Amino acid sequence: MSITVPTTDSATPTPTRSLVEIRRVRKSFGAHEVLRDVSLAVPEGTVTVLLGPSGSGKSTLLRCINHLETIDGGRIIVDGELIGYRQVGHTIHEMTPKQIARQRRDIGMVFQRFNLFPHMTALENIVEAPTGIGGVPRTQARTRAKDLLDRVGIADFAAHYPAQLSGGQQQRVAIARALAMDPKLMLFDEPTSALDPELVGDVLDVMRELAKEGMTMIVVTHEIGFARGVADQVVFMDGGVVVEAGHPEEVLDRPQRQRTRNFLESVR
Amino acid sequence: MTLQGRGEGEGEGRGHGLGQGLLAGPSANAAAPDATDGDVVAIPLRRPWRWISAAVVLLLVAAFAFSVLTNPNIDFAAIGEFLFDPRILEGVWLTVVITVIAMVVSTVLAIVIAAMRLSSNPVLSTVAWCYVWVFRGTPLLVQIVLWGYLGLLYAKLSVGVPFTDVVFWQVNTNELISAFVAGLLALTLNQAAYSSEIVRAGMVSVDEGQHEAAYSLGMSPLYTFRRVLLPQAMRVIIPPMGNETISMLKNTSLLSVIAVLEIYTQATVISSQNLKQVELLIVASLWYLFMTSVLSIPQYYLERRYGRGTSRNLPPTPLQRMRRAFAARRPGPAPAPETKAVSVV
Repeated sequence: MSITVPTTDSATPTPTRSLVEIRRVRKSFGAHEVLRDVSLAVPEGTVTVLLGPSGSGKSTLLRCINHLETIDGGRIIVDGELIGYRQVGHTIHEMTPKQIARQRRDIGMVFQRFNLFPHMTALENIVEAPTGIGGVPRTQARTRAKDLLDRVGIADFAAHYPAQLSGGQQQRVAIARALAMDPKLMLFDEPTSALDPELVGDVLDVMRELAKEGMTMIVVTHEIGFARGVADQVVFMDGGVVVEAGHPEEVLDRPQRQRTRNFLESVR
Repeated sequence: MTLQGRGEGEGEGRGHGLGQGLLAGPSANAAAPDATDGDVVAIPLRRPWRWISAAVVLLLVAAFAFSVLTNPNIDFAAIGEFLFDPRILEGVWLTVVITVIAMVVSTVLAIVIAAMRLSSNPVLSTVAWCYVWVFRGTPLLVQIVLWGYLGLLYAKLSVGVPFTDVVFWQVNTNELISAFVAGLLALTLNQAAYSSEIVRAGMVSVDEGQHEAAYSLGMSPLYTFRRVLLPQAMRVIIPPMGNETISMLKNTSLLSVIAVLEIYTQATVISSQNLKQVELLIVASLWYLFMTSVLSIPQYYLERRYGRGTSRNLPPTPLQRMRRAFAARRPGPAPAPETKAVSVV
């Protein structure tokens, strides 16, 4: 896999095609501005880690990428398609829920609190979307689901309900569930924050494996070690703006801004 | 330390155990071991009042049963005679029909009202709130009589475009609204108000993260509702709905005020002829008891069905429990040989 090194100025074109392009996105909750003109490009097949203190807007940005949050301005483009909106002249209009659902099939998401469907077994969790909305035949989906469970290292737990699994196992089922829709892009919203420390490694290993296979990933995390080892690009956000972005060594070891330095001091 | 360690392992076991290990110190050593150390039998507290209270209650129950069974004023032969009287059986059938129709229609209506109430549209949610307010805030008996009098209020019912003269279909109210239909309407509309609150509670009980997970997989709102939210809400909805079904079955007796021939009305009609009021009330009560008992069976299995995944192990069904009890009576494999193992802490 060729690793492209985006420069700190994300506006300059990168050697490979950008799978995700975020242009001057604005978002407020009431009077509180969560995202202020955020721009970011994620080249295909790379891993971008979003770092920042809580309330910096990194989770909101992630949730805007699959339109779990609406935006107030700007544009988010995934694989050449405007997400959640149609452009008419200088304004963009929100799509219908059905159209948005169609776009979300190509974007997998993994949540901090796993959010597995508690009334379904691990296997049923994975099979539900491909058979129910993807039109994949049941037997084929089940074979694929078993492969995925094997890949994330919990093949023996296919018939278990989420309540019977540890946090680490649940999160790996959640990753397998997202992968079952063959997404072009995977979003991870603090995937290890709700886990016991000894279970974090298993989940990070699965994510490392995924990155190695060339999956485009955007990861919100506090795991600096993961960012250093896996990320092609580290983006530091604070107060709703991108403070600094670049190669992990640049941002993590030679941060230019005082705010980045303070944050890295506090998490170390 | 395990019990098997008692005897030979005593000296060795003591001090290695976690408890003693922690307590080991001057004070623990000071307690001198006495002769009974090692085979102390623990005797639970005796509770004589349990026996006394049970005896008193049994005595009272027996006295009541005796007084009923030996009462010369109750004609037990009449109870047996009328229990399967064709009129009573017709009444039972009508009661069941009304209960089923009213519960099914009211549940559909309740889902609509709950969805309106939860909608972000202020008009829909206010209308839903008012519906619940009116139908829950007035007595069912009053509503039943009111629906019975609908013909006085609107002589004709018509389907057309509101506020215009366009009418597609028209009928005399008294032709359409028989006592049966009026009763059904009253029970259904009243029940929908209660059920909608139950459905709403069920929907609210599902975690917000479930919507997000479903949406992120590309599920539409309707698909999410059907496959993800509703099955989880059902777990919360079913127990109170079981209660509601049982009260609906009993509330059908209120329809006697508008002369719907369900079981209670049938019983009173018969007793007004033969003057065996108590006997016929007992007949009706036996049928009510039988029907409500039968209703609790599907509720049990529905609860089990929707309880999947919430507890780590589902409790066995009565049938499974019975099988296991029989299996336990059969001589099982020989018990494992005793070991002298001392668990290592």
